[in-house]
Amino acid sequence: MRTVSIDPITRIEGHLRVEIQVEDGVIVGARCSGALYRGLEEILRGRHPLDAQRITTRICGVCPLAHSTAASLCLDDALGVEPPRNGQLLRNLIYGANFLHNHILHFYHLALPDYLPARALPGALSPGTDEDRRFSAAEAERLAGHYLAALDMRRKAQELVALFGGKMPHDMSIVPGGVTHRPAPGDVAAFRFRLKEIAGFIEGTYIPDLLLVAERYHDYFELGKVGKLLTFGCFPLDGDRLFPAGAVLDGGPEPLDPGEIREGFSRSWYAGEGPRPPWEEEAVPDPDKATAYSWIKAPRYRGEACEVGPAARATLALAHGPPQFREIAGELLGEAKATPEQLGSAMGRHLARGIEALFLARAMEGWLADLDPSAPVATSVTVPDEARGQGLTDAPRGALGHWVEIAGGVIARYQVIAPTTWNASPRDERDVPGPIERALEGTRVAGDGLLEAGRIVRSFDPCLACAIQ
Amino acid sequence: MRGEPLAVVWFQAAGCTGCSVSLMNAAYPDIKDLLLDEIVPGKSITLVFHATLMGPTGRPALEVLDRAPGKAAGDYLLVVEGAIPTRHPNFGRVGERPMAERAVELARGAVGVVAVGTCASYGGIPAGAPNPTGCVGIGELLRREGGAVPVVNVPGCPPHPRWFVETVAHLLLHGPPRPEELDGAGRLRAVYPDLVHDNCPRRADFDVGRFAPGFGDEGCLYELGCKGPYTDANCPYHGWNGGVNWCIKAGHPCIGCCEPEFPDYPSPLFRKATAQEAEASYRRSG
Repeated sequence: MRTVSIDPITRIEGHLRVEIQVEDGVIVGARCSGALYRGLEEILRGRHPLDAQRITTRICGVCPLAHSTAASLCLDDALGVEPPRNGQLLRNLIYGANFLHNHILHFYHLALPDYLPARALPGALSPGTDEDRRFSAAEAERLAGHYLAALDMRRKAQELVALFGGKMPHDMSIVPGGVTHRPAPGDVAAFRFRLKEIAGFIEGTYIPDLLLVAERYHDYFELGKVGKLLTFGCFPLDGDRLFPAGAVLDGGPEPLDPGEIREGFSRSWYAGEGPRPPWEEEAVPDPDKATAYSWIKAPRYRGEACEVGPAARATLALAHGPPQFREIAGELLGEAKATPEQLGSAMGRHLARGIEALFLARAMEGWLADLDPSAPVATSVTVPDEARGQGLTDAPRGALGHWVEIAGGVIARYQVIAPTTWNASPRDERDVPGPIERALEGTRVAGDGLLEAGRIVRSFDPCLACAIQ
Repeated sequence: MRGEPLAVVWFQAAGCTGCSVSLMNAAYPDIKDLLLDEIVPGKSITLVFHATLMGPTGRPALEVLDRAPGKAAGDYLLVVEGAIPTRHPNFGRVGERPMAERAVELARGAVGVVAVGTCASYGGIPAGAPNPTGCVGIGELLRREGGAVPVVNVPGCPPHPRWFVETVAHLLLHGPPRPEELDGAGRLRAVYPDLVHDNCPRRADFDVGRFAPGFGDEGCLYELGCKGPYTDANCPYHGWNGGVNWCIKAGHPCIGCCEPEFPDYPSPLFRKATAQEAEASYRRSG
């Protein structure tokens, strides 16, 4: 048996170390280790509750909107307010733009180099290996050209976020009660044309490129599977969420029960074991804990290690989502010759992101048309002395929860469980592996496993700054 | 005449990758230009290590980082993104070694250090009270270790891509900054020349005392907690993200994200600052 340490895993957000054991060409064991602790939950304690959405935004520079959205939902709940419809539309447009940015960046700049030949990209951007490359020279050149074009496109997607979101990264508009930016008619036009250009890129370039990768690497629809899915849903409007919440454990899709979330840390560098509900968690860092191997904790839903992210959203949306989603998903699954059950695989996750980007860009056109630039964008808020709040949403990378307890007018407790906390979690107190660990175990590899493990780990789009905060 | 490109090692520590994403939002020059073209006539950079963007992974990636300090001094510029945890070696590791150890080693072999973002400059968000991991900026870490490597700070949470590009252009054209070119917070004066407040489009509202009562309302945002009067940044000139918007244009008070005390001084972010706080902050950065 051979142990291979992959450290750092590059082309993800943050500091992740993965250790795999390879025996007879098969990964027989895997350990995901988050290598950085900052203590944002501790830093939030004692601060004014309205600081939470600006400070938690800064948990992550790739998906800051995920945290300002979850924090604002959490504080909306604690403060007992709801944004006016216009404010909710603006939140959805800002957040939707962040999804588009995320998926373009992830496909082209983080994942695609795993499939491109060494010479396709210049300098340090080159993957530096030609192992298992399956594109013709002309295809590789075209894809590399799209890698560069996508740099512009993702920049424009950030401009799309900033138009109503203030700036990017670290948006400055989403607040409890709504948003601060009151759009001028010119902003609506500026938004419309950027969205149109990005939607054109998604449809005309990203989707065909994705389908080409999916065709050549069709075997990856059978690799990197987890089997349990969880989503909190996202994009609320008029009492409903565009992507429905729910879970798939052993049977079909079931509704979400947030009371079933527990977070443990038996193998993480915190004193004790957990597992406790997010409201009651007490995790004190213990960097010398001998049985631990990660700063990431181990959240479980009904005791299960669930995959969160685009595959979970797509699976639930296929069951309970809008007909437009089912139509787009059906078409792209057909073109990729994949089944809905294969969405939760290394290639399925990429496909699920593509489906989602295409669908979301169209939904955003609808929200923009609904916007009333003269209507209020925020409800005024008053911070109570004592309150509790829960904010659940999906982020581009999956289920994200914020929990706050306010006492004496300040934050007494703040708890974050982020998508990569679920996906890259270590083993729990029952020795059940985390989803990425499970996805890696059993994978047949050609060499030392670096190539296959890299492709599988990146298909989850890990974000370590979110996972540990 | 085109010289050898300046190698850049981009080292990420206790951060969020927001500074990197912000730099990728640069326009004229954009990120492709920065990576592939000359930035000023005859001078270019070549990125040799950046964990978020680089192709290789695992050992082949780590070897680049391990080799860098062994090169002849002056062969590369070190860019640090994120603060450095110092309270315990296990709070942050890269390639199994503590971040602080790697950062010091990399800095000692570098021609100079650019601290990109408020975290790398002063500690920033992870150094917010009670600073659970003992995070410090790279300049402070090197002072503690007795290092003599020049550090230029490019604070901001994140910094505007222009601030980074302008700082690098300065280094390529003029070399390390002379002391008088830096302000009291280690930033190039030319890059952080004015207070937000002095150039704010809502300044006229402030002068006549017309203050916004709530989010989304017209008027100066001072009563809502705006820190523009104590924050050195040229956001009002350039806007953000291609100029489409920026904090105050979006109706959100400035939170002073490029100041050394961020996030503790401006907190609570939505509380109006007292005259004493304003005075103290102004004296410090002036």
